Amino acid sequence: MTAVEDPTSAVDLPPAKEVGQARRRKEDARLITGKTTWTDNMVLPGMLHLAVLRSPVAHGRITHLDVSAAKERPNVVAVYTGRDLAEEQGSLPCAWPVTPDMVNPGHPSIAVEQINHVGEAVAIVVARSRTAAADALEAIDVDYEPLPVVLDMEQAVQEGSPLVHDSTTSNTSYHFVFDAGEAGTGGDTEQAFADAEVTVSRRFVQQRLIPAFMEPRSVVVQPSGDSYTMWSATQIPHILRVMAAMVTGIPEHKLRVIAPDVGGGFGGKLQVNPEEILCLLIARRLGKPVKWTETRGESLMTAHHGRDQVQFIDVAADRDGTVRGLRVRLLADMGAYLRLITPGVPALGAFMFPGIYKFPAYRFECDGVFTNKVPTDAYRGAGRPEATFAIERIMDELAVELDMDPLELRRKNWINTEEFPFTTVAGLEYDSGDYHQATEQALELLGYDELRAEQKRRRDSNDPVQLGIGFSTFTEMCGLAPSRVLGSLAFGAGGWEQASIRMLPTGKVEVVTGSTPHGQGHETAWSQIVADELGVPFEDVEVLHGDTAISSRGLDTYGSRSLVVGGTAVVKAAEKVVEKARVIAAHLLEANADDLEFTGGKFTVRGTPGAGVGIQEVALAIFAAHDYPEGVEPTIDAEATFDPENFSFPHGTHICAMEIDTETGFAKIRKYACVDDVGTIVNPLIVEGQVHGGLAQGIAQAMYEEAIYDAEGNLTTGSFVDYLVPAASDLPHFDTGNTVHVATSNPLGAKGVGEAGCIASTPAVVNAALDAVRHLGVTDIRMPLTPERVWRAIHAGGDGGDRAAQGSNAYGGARTTESGIQEAAQ
Amino acid sequence: MTQINVRVDGASYTDDVEPRTLLVHYLREQLGKVGTVVGCDTSNCGACTVHLDGQAVKSCTVFAVQADGCQVTTIEGVATGEGESATLHPVQRAFHEMHGLQCGFCTPGMIMASIDLLKENPDPSDEEVREGIEGNLCRCTGYQNIVRAVRQAAAEMSGKAADDPQAEPAAVDTAAADHVAAQA
Repeated sequence: MTAVEDPTSAVDLPPAKEVGQARRRKEDARLITGKTTWTDNMVLPGMLHLAVLRSPVAHGRITHLDVSAAKERPNVVAVYTGRDLAEEQGSLPCAWPVTPDMVNPGHPSIAVEQINHVGEAVAIVVARSRTAAADALEAIDVDYEPLPVVLDMEQAVQEGSPLVHDSTTSNTSYHFVFDAGEAGTGGDTEQAFADAEVTVSRRFVQQRLIPAFMEPRSVVVQPSGDSYTMWSATQIPHILRVMAAMVTGIPEHKLRVIAPDVGGGFGGKLQVNPEEILCLLIARRLGKPVKWTETRGESLMTAHHGRDQVQFIDVAADRDGTVRGLRVRLLADMGAYLRLITPGVPALGAFMFPGIYKFPAYRFECDGVFTNKVPTDAYRGAGRPEATFAIERIMDELAVELDMDPLELRRKNWINTEEFPFTTVAGLEYDSGDYHQATEQALELLGYDELRAEQKRRRDSNDPVQLGIGFSTFTEMCGLAPSRVLGSLAFGAGGWEQASIRMLPTGKVEVVTGSTPHGQGHETAWSQIVADELGVPFEDVEVLHGDTAISSRGLDTYGSRSLVVGGTAVVKAAEKVVEKARVIAAHLLEANADDLEFTGGKFTVRGTPGAGVGIQEVALAIFAAHDYPEGVEPTIDAEATFDPENFSFPHGTHICAMEIDTETGFAKIRKYACVDDVGTIVNPLIVEGQVHGGLAQGIAQAMYEEAIYDAEGNLTTGSFVDYLVPAASDLPHFDTGNTVHVATSNPLGAKGVGEAGCIASTPAVVNAALDAVRHLGVTDIRMPLTPERVWRAIHAGGDGGDRAAQGSNAYGGARTTESGIQEAAQ
Repeated sequence: MTQINVRVDGASYTDDVEPRTLLVHYLREQLGKVGTVVGCDTSNCGACTVHLDGQAVKSCTVFAVQADGCQVTTIEGVATGEGESATLHPVQRAFHEMHGLQCGFCTPGMIMASIDLLKENPDPSDEEVREGIEGNLCRCTGYQNIVRAVRQAAAEMSGKAADDPQAEPAAVDTAAADHVAAQA
């Protein structure tokens, strides 16, 4: 390094690299002191409050709706029904028609005639206060004619099933197929199964989950002449602006969307919500600012859900364990409508079922099915947790069938380090990794040998508390996404990201990003990246985001894309700043630009010690613009748009050790160890935090959470009393580690980390539970692993789910025809 | 309407409230204390936790009229001093140091509950912290760094950290020690 060799002084040393440092977060200062800007904090002069009357029936027609008494209630300004807004509400957008013939019946923001799920908006009261609006709801008189409720996908796709939508001929929205043989990325799947020595088939259930972000959704819209500003607790201010403009007809340039502090999303705020559209329409009608903030009950009932698949998985293999083929058939519950990417979630998962294994043949089919439930859409992992669960579970089942160690079976089939980049049977090119190394490290972290020995002791002594160890050796595709790939999948937008860098005259730096954080720490990580790229102090960088008037171009935050796509855009913009500054610096130093070196924020002339100018000085010089070269614009600000060439493929090995009390069915994680490879780590503190949070949600799917509807379509888990978001006492300590194999698709070498823990952990937990009790004849336990289900699986056979699901639609217990509402109506 | 007199974060307020008004709504809507937030409607999440006469309460389970004559401390009142020169409470500082928050929505309640926990038990184990904050839900962190933060604050508040800088936080958790040490 030239600077080190420079004898003049140590102060010329470049600062230590910021990337890789466990910087404490810039965001925290306001969050730990309550100086926050949540949307619900917003108060505007004359602001009115919305309350929504929601349908108590899952499927029916509105036969009578009288809001006149509500209009007379004190402090009520207006009341609107679907009929009032029918002409202008359009349809909520679905951006992902996964097949050309996909059936999309349209999605009104407020029901006009027909109700298709409990919680659908029926009327809206606008009042001077939140309480006045809520009070007036009870004065609305409404009657419904019930229709047969469709809840169970396997019944819904049968010939003769009642229909969710009259306008359709079946409850199937689409049939999506990926066949590796037809795509030219693999062999003939049917032949592979015909030739196989061993096949194993299973039906797995991915229960319905609720994202359950901590900050309830909230929207404020302020009209100003013919322009509108919307504040929303959203992950996607940029996409929301475009979509809201298209839905309402408000010109895009007259609509500004701001995502202020947003309290978590996990995909749940990757949506164009009915209430966002309704707030816009009503603010336009009244010419006054309006606010809607949901209650938790509304949130659980009406914000989109996630997962909800029935998975039929077949694997073909040789006796020695070599896998020969994989066949997947899914029923994916769309719910009542197609929201923003509802149909795309299972299709995104289609490419991940083969996981890290070298399957020569693969076929995927999925039916998207309408039911009378709230729509599903993105939830942390979106398609990939479902795929990972299926493949990691079926590998264990295959191991049992072959009487092989589950890890030995995985080792036999996974991609070896020297084989990267590796093109999979699904056509994806995996970038880098070392599955062997991650696994060895994770085994060590867990203390594998000792736990296996203890398992044997407990088994031999017939201990009522049995121990099991479960693996998940996963990878996922993230960093959404190459625009061309999205185009080939018929997605309605690209996958690029934008950043710009403004060099202020005092040397401070503003970074404008199209990524939209809601807890991920972008302000800190982006500052670290820019500090390195420009050689400026971390503290001198301010990151701006989440406001379409400030950050005019962006595609927001989801799919573990922010760092690998948005962060790369920041790098590219910084590179442009340096190149523009280089020309100015050369002019100021009276040197040739080609002779300049840029290190530690300073341009120096090669071979001329002492001569140099800092990039922050260049910023001031070009602001004054008294002396700069001809033919050059007087700014070193720059922007860049980055479109990735490939996804990134984080991977890792997760191992769960689980204790099962065979007498009570109580399952308790004894130890959880994981080693993740997310490429270059910009901030280890943030990466570790993302892994922890992902683990919590993945473990919660395995053990605690399920959105359950009763036979009439009521959500029975509509509060935090019943929907079990785990508390601190419900979760174990996590032993986490990393290996680093840099991504090849971006200059940072980073792979996404936001979803990894959530994608990986669920099958490790279930595999562990089964490993604990398989010797008792248990072959599956329905998620979540409640004590009742575990106990029944041990003592009554089956997967424990049947009794638990009786009287509900939780797969197996649901009977949706000729019951409930119909009979009650007679 | 009922008149109440309340001292909140060191200032006195006299207000008329509807008897049904919850303390959290009084704080947010009448006093503008929006640092305290509402996360649920069943008293499960704890996001609205404040101190009422020094005791942690979920302010969605207390009517404003019940706070009449009481002292309320919110997240906005736990630091000493004001503005940029304010000195953070050790628990606030520890949440920052240990990365005990991500989106930050549960954080005000989590910090208020943790301060109360440390008053009851100045030196809790990991397990005791987990039990002690089980009335507060966090969806982002998986709680591990919150547990670290509370134990780090406990060490600082009891003077242990000052006596033996090596004792915490590495002793709390070995898995992250390298990461945490990277930025000494």
